Amino acid sequence: MVRLQEGEVLDGFAIGRLLHVGGMAALWQVTHPDHGEALLMKVPRLAEGEDPAAIVSFEMEQMILPRLTGPHVPRFVASGGFDRQPYLVMERIPGRSLLPLIDALPLPIDDVASIGAKVAEALDALHRQHVVHLDVKPSNILMRETGEAVLVDFGLSRHAQLPDLMEEEFRLPYGTAPYMAPEQVMGVRSDPRSDLFALGAMLYFLVTGTRPFGDPQRLKGLQRRLWWDPPPPRARRAECPDWLQEIILRCLEVRPERRHPTAAQLAFDLRHPDQVALTARAAKQRRDGWATTLRRRFHPDHRVRFDRVAEATVEDAPILAVAVDVTEQDDALATTLRATVGRLLATMPGARLACLNVLRQNRIALDTTLDDFGRNKHVQRLVELKHWAAPLGLPEGRITFHVLEAVNPANALLDYVRMNGVDHLVMGARAASLKRKVMGSVSAELAAEAPCSVTVVRARG
Amino acid sequence: MRIALLTDIHANREAFEACLDDVARKGADRIVILGDLVGYGADPGWVIAKARELAGQGAILIRGNHDEAAAHPRGGMNDDATAAIAWTRDALAPEDRAFLGALPMEAEEEDRLYVHADASAPDRWVYVRDAEDARRSLEGCTARLVFCGHVHAPAIYGLTATAKLVPFKPVTGVAVPLLRPRRWQVVCGAVGQPRDGDPAAAWHLFDVATSEVTLHRVPYDVLAASEKVRQAGLPESLATRLLRGR
Repeated sequence: MVRLQEGEVLDGFAIGRLLHVGGMAALWQVTHPDHGEALLMKVPRLAEGEDPAAIVSFEMEQMILPRLTGPHVPRFVASGGFDRQPYLVMERIPGRSLLPLIDALPLPIDDVASIGAKVAEALDALHRQHVVHLDVKPSNILMRETGEAVLVDFGLSRHAQLPDLMEEEFRLPYGTAPYMAPEQVMGVRSDPRSDLFALGAMLYFLVTGTRPFGDPQRLKGLQRRLWWDPPPPRARRAECPDWLQEIILRCLEVRPERRHPTAAQLAFDLRHPDQVALTARAAKQRRDGWATTLRRRFHPDHRVRFDRVAEATVEDAPILAVAVDVTEQDDALATTLRATVGRLLATMPGARLACLNVLRQNRIALDTTLDDFGRNKHVQRLVELKHWAAPLGLPEGRITFHVLEAVNPANALLDYVRMNGVDHLVMGARAASLKRKVMGSVSAELAAEAPCSVTVVRARG
Repeated sequence: MRIALLTDIHANREAFEACLDDVARKGADRIVILGDLVGYGADPGWVIAKARELAGQGAILIRGNHDEAAAHPRGGMNDDATAAIAWTRDALAPEDRAFLGALPMEAEEEDRLYVHADASAPDRWVYVRDAEDARRSLEGCTARLVFCGHVHAPAIYGLTATAKLVPFKPVTGVAVPLLRPRRWQVVCGAVGQPRDGDPAAAWHLFDVATSEVTLHRVPYDVLAASEKVRQAGLPESLATRLLRGR
C-alpha cells in the first residue's frame, strides 16, 4: 500500500489536506479539473493488522454510494485505484456535522424537533432507495446550507438489492454503541426501522444531554437494551413536552413493529406536534419497575426475538391525504370519496391518513375569522372534517386533520403534499359547474403538478 | 465491452428468440452461450442453426451436458431427460450432433471463465447450488469471474481474501457490482426452462468497464413452447414445468 501525500495526484485528483483519520478510513480534501473544487476522497485503512471490517465496509460504500441520488446524500464522483490505492471520491458537503452540537446540550425543544424532522426526511429518502443506513449518529449527519440533512458514511449500510458483504463477513454486530437498535445488536441488518431507533436515541441525547443507554463497550452491555428501558426524557428534563417524549420513546421501542412504520411518518409527527397521538409513553414518569424489567430479561415468553423482514415497509405504510370539500354539500361525492379512502386503507395496515380542507381566504376583503353566525370558521371546518371521517373508524394514531387557510386551494394542497411527504392524494372532482369553468379544475392541477399519486374520485349518478 | 450471457436454452425457440430480441434492444458487443442448447424442448434443429449463425458472428458457445448426451449418448440422466435426449438425437441431423459434440468445455477471456457447470471439474457436470459448491468451483480455477449455468436459477457468490462466501439472489434489472479484488461465481438463470418460480426467460448482461452484472427477465410465449413439447410427444412434465417455471 502507498501512503498518500499532500500535493500528489491520483487518477487526476490533486490531493489536498488530510481532513480526518477515523477507525476505518482517512478523508482527504481533493480537487479535479473536471469535477470542481469541493471534493472529498475517502481512503480505507488497509495496512497489516488493521480491522478487516475497514476494507469490507469500504467495499459496501463503493457499491452503495454510486447508486444513491438526491440532496440527502453526498454526490458520488468516482471510485477506483484497485491496483494501487483504493479510493472513493464524493461531493464535500460544506458545513459541519451535528457532532459539535453535543457540546451545547441540552438543545431547545424546537431545535430538537426540527433536526429530528430533517433527519427523518433524509432517512425516508434513503429507505426509498432500498438502503438502511445502520450508523445514524451526530457525526454522520451534516446540514446543507439549503436546509436538508445529509447522511454520510455508508460503510455499515445495507442495500436490499445488493449482496450484504458485512453480514457475510462478520458475526459480531457493527454499529455505534449508543445508537444501535436492539435487532442490529442481534445481527439483523435488513430493517429500516433500525435507523428510527438510532434517531430516537440521538433525539433523546439532544433533549436530555444524556445518552439513553450510555456507551457500552462489550456485547453484553449492548444487549442490555433488549430488556432495560432508559428513564423517560421528562425524568431527565422536565420541560420536554409530552408529544416529544411520545415520539422519542416510540422510536426506542425494542420491537421494530411498535416504532413508526416509516421515517416519513416519524417526520410527519415531528412536524405536527399538536397531532401526535399520545399513549402511555407520553405520560411515563420513571423507568419500569424491577419486576417488569426482570421478566423481560429472563422470562422466555417476554424475551424478544427478531425476524429478518422482507423489504417492503416503506410501500406498505404510506402517508395518504384526502382533500375533502365539506362546503360543497354533495353527499354522494362525500360518500364515494370516503369509500375509496376506506378501500385504500384496508389494503395498507400501516398507512396513515391526513384529512385536508382548504379554507379559502378572500383576496381582496379582509377576512374575519367568524362566519355569519359568529362561529369560528377554522374550528367549524375541523369539526366537519372529523364528522366526514368518523365512519372510517380509524384510531387516533392513524388519522390527522388539517385546515389549510389559503387564497389558492390548489397551491395550498400542493404545498402540503410536498412538505409532508404525502405518497397518495385522494380528492373529489368538482361537479361541472360555472364555478369550475371560471376557476379551473383543482384536481386537474394537482394531478399534473403533485409529486405523488393522485386519485380523482367521482360519484356516478 | 458489454457481454450478453445466455444459458440452458434447451431447444426452446420462443424463449431464445425473445431473449435475442431483448439482447438486441439493450445492446451487447458479444454473446456467450454457456451450454445446453438442446434437450427438453421441441426445437433443437432451429436453436442449433441459430446458435451456429451467432457463432459465425463471433459468439462464444460452450458445451453443456445435454449437448454432450445428444452427441454421445451415455447414462446418468433422469427419465425425462433421457427420453428427451433420445427424441432430440432422432430429431437432429448428424452434422448437428457433430457440432454439439465439438463444442468446447470452457473458454477463458481476460479475467473471465465461461463454463456450463462447476469450474473445478467441468466434465463432471456438478451443480453450483450453494456457497460450498461455489467455493469448490472458484478454488478449482484461477479466473476472477466464473460464469456458469446448469442450475436454471440465478445466483451470485462472492469470495474474499478471508474466504467467506454467501449466496445472493440477484434482483431483476438491478446491476450488481462484482467488486475487485473479490472473485465471483455467477450462476446464470435459464433461457429455455427457468426453475426459480418465474416462467419468464432469463439472461444476464455483464459490463466489463464497470464490472457489473444485471439479470434480465423476458416474458415469452410460454403456451406455444409448452404446446410444441406436448405435440412432439415429449414427457408431459416437460410441458407443464415451462408454465410454472419450476
